[in-house]
Amino acid sequence: MTETAQTDIVSEFIGKTIAENPVTLFMKGTPEQPGCGFSAIVVQILDHLGVDFVGVNVLQSDDLRQGIKAFSDWPTIPQLYVKGEFVGGSDIVREMFQSGELKTLFAEQGMLAA
Amino acid sequence: MPIPAAELEADLRAAFPDAKIVIEDLAGDGDHYRARIVSSAFAGLPRVKQHQLVYAALSGKMGGALHALALETSPAP
Repeated sequence: MTETAQTDIVSEFIGKTIAENPVTLFMKGTPEQPGCGFSAIVVQILDHLGVDFVGVNVLQSDDLRQGIKAFSDWPTIPQLYVKGEFVGGSDIVREMFQSGELKTLFAEQGMLAA
Repeated sequence: MPIPAAELEADLRAAFPDAKIVIEDLAGDGDHYRARIVSSAFAGLPRVKQHQLVYAALSGKMGGALHALALETSPAP
């Protein structure tokens, strides 16, 4: 398979994943067992807010790990997507959590239990 | 592969000449930094775009030579 075809498959997978899941976290490890402190912080915040999310472990494939960086134009993992939009990495998610913006965002999307 | 704080600051300074920049070496290993950058270049931009400007200024070092850079950006007050 050519490199270009592989890149297309990866970006198609990412596009499909963020379209099908309201909240997707591209992370190292799994939500149950994060493989990196930055990923763990975002998992904790989402759990704390009570938001359902799908965790995608980028360590399962180097193509995916590189692919998500290119897809988002963002050099680091984790990466949080809400309704197909890139929200940010761990610094931005933490700042938005601390300021209350993140809760507001999920509430506006009807993703928080009343 | 660590990079010196001075190099990091020089890259940021070149991209954001008007900025107030504070860099901390979090682990003392030249590989885990925190940078606070206050610059008019960030005015009106969402945080994702602000951070993308910073990553662009570091031209590929982030995620490569540089393992961790905690970022706090804000527009000039």
